[in-house]
Amino acid sequence: MQTRRQADTLFDKVWDAHVVRKIEGGPDVFFIDRHFIHEVTSPVAFLGLESRGLKVIFPEKTFATADHNTPTANQHLPVRDPLSANQLKALESNAARYGISHWGLGNPKNGIVHVVGPENGITLPGMTIVCGDSHTSTHGAFGAIAFGIGTSEVEMVLSSQCIMQPKPKKMRIKVDGKLGKGVTPKDVILYIISRLTASGATGYFVEYAGEVFEQMSMEGRMTVCNMSIEMGARGGMIAPDETTFSYIKGREKAPKGEAWEKALAWWKTLKTDEDAAFDLEYHFKASDIEPMITFGTNPGMGVGITKSIPVASGTGGNKSSFDKSLAYMGFQEAENMIGKKVDYVFIGSCTNGRIEDFRAFASIVKGRKKADHITAWVVPGSHIVEQQIKEEGILDILTAAGFELRQPGCSACLAMNDDKIPAGKYAVSTSNRNFEGRQGPGARTMLASPLAAAAAAVTGVVTDPRELMA
Amino acid sequence: MAYDNFTILRSPAVPMPIENVDTDQIIPARFLKATERKGFGDNLFRDWRYNADGTPKKDFILNNPVYSGTILVAGRNFGSGSSREHAAWALYDYGFRCVISSFFADIFQNNSINIGILPAQVGPEFLDKIFRTMESDPHTELEINLPEQTITILATGDSESFEINSYKKNNLMNGYDDIDYLQAMKADIQSFAANSLY
Repeated sequence: MQTRRQADTLFDKVWDAHVVRKIEGGPDVFFIDRHFIHEVTSPVAFLGLESRGLKVIFPEKTFATADHNTPTANQHLPVRDPLSANQLKALESNAARYGISHWGLGNPKNGIVHVVGPENGITLPGMTIVCGDSHTSTHGAFGAIAFGIGTSEVEMVLSSQCIMQPKPKKMRIKVDGKLGKGVTPKDVILYIISRLTASGATGYFVEYAGEVFEQMSMEGRMTVCNMSIEMGARGGMIAPDETTFSYIKGREKAPKGEAWEKALAWWKTLKTDEDAAFDLEYHFKASDIEPMITFGTNPGMGVGITKSIPVASGTGGNKSSFDKSLAYMGFQEAENMIGKKVDYVFIGSCTNGRIEDFRAFASIVKGRKKADHITAWVVPGSHIVEQQIKEEGILDILTAAGFELRQPGCSACLAMNDDKIPAGKYAVSTSNRNFEGRQGPGARTMLASPLAAAAAAVTGVVTDPRELMA
Repeated sequence: MAYDNFTILRSPAVPMPIENVDTDQIIPARFLKATERKGFGDNLFRDWRYNADGTPKKDFILNNPVYSGTILVAGRNFGSGSSREHAAWALYDYGFRCVISSFFADIFQNNSINIGILPAQVGPEFLDKIFRTMESDPHTELEINLPEQTITILATGDSESFEINSYKKNNLMNGYDDIDYLQAMKADIQSFAANSLY
């Protein structure tokens, strides 16, 4: 390690340790420790390797899992959609050909890439992690620099373990105080995005700091970092601490014995120096945050669930884009969100598909019944999460309340498989994007926490989850 | 994937004065199932461009025969959302070689340059000026001069410069790509990897 001349941020420490070469007036040649691939954004990269006659430089640093395009029912049967089946087959054969670990459909380790990486100890502090998926920012919860890349870059990482990246600017977002009842990590990040807007962090890499994140579980931190991209940030990260270390310890691919001690000593240095400078800083108070819900067609269009939809003139954005968004949703300015009819509820995704999310969902539906008109998709993020749901008795609670548990995958978050919300229908979803058509052509998405999703599922309308909590 | 070299582009343009055009609009996820880079242009802006029955939506700009050209002019925060390079492929396959906006999402910007589309960022006032000029004359030609890093509205002579880092500029002008660069420094990468903790 070189001696450092100045106070550095967590981000600087990890970034600078991975620069292979600096190009004058250009990007850094940036080394990647872990590369995740899935079936949708990797096939063309492998075709590129083949046409150039290149090999995978370090196959042991790449991990493949099938998730985007997989059915969430009857996974033991052949995949019916021939195009999806073809992508899954391509991933399997490319992984086999180049010696890459592959957790395909039916593998007990299979699940959403950003769920299985951390739960198997592949994601570690101080790493650089990329994947052809913008929600790779999830892994930043461990103090890693993790971000999404395009397929050309997937090909770069496969062939050289590097990409060419200009170093982003640095932003710190501090949230101090204690979160109120029913306010979850999802609400914290939806609140932040609503304050910064969907492009407010573009060009930056975010560090989340302050009491709220220090007190947060690893799963909560993953939810927060996951949605960094929704305000335009390439990624977000949180300094690793005892919560991080105890989450990692003992996981399958985590370092053991002497290697653990060595790694731990380095991980403990991964924090922002006291006098380090950021290009931009925001401070928020935990007490200002209530359960959140989105009303529009980008994740920045969110409000406290008891609030009304803002009027265009108060948003500072372009009025015709705002109007277009509300027209798509079938909403009006200044309407209340509470009581709006809901048709579908989706709990799952890389944002909220972990065991704590299903515990939260179950805490509300326990002893209640799913509203008759609601179609609910309950989709675990991985087989390991699915197993936990069964072992902890959550499945019994869900079944008694009239919910069915599906099999793991990205599912209705992006509706590449059969899990599509029909045109014009309203969904409360724990996923990450409320873009037009994201959950199916014409689908209308309201993003919220697992608690708010559960409250909507049992009442059939947008409901403040705090009213259903003991 | 080789692409056409980019130096000076002179073309009429297609105006899309909408903010936050995300990659799910540029190419919806259900059209990402191909295993080859082929035919994505057909589904560019699919749900804005076509009705559910496949008939074109008359009021969408790409269906308006008055507008044509290889330049797309879009509202701020173009390309937000997913990292899918398919969005850039769809634009390229449709025929666009340059997107002008007052603000781009990061990953989209990277992906575009990597496949030979120039994302040119201009100030909001200049963007408005382009929109206004195109409103009065839909055939208005723009000139994108990459070596000089300028955009000119040919009818009025109004011009503004745009930023691009010199490495990426050189790549675009010569059709070079990062993979060749990285292959050429493999020995350095191997020795870096040998000293890495992970």
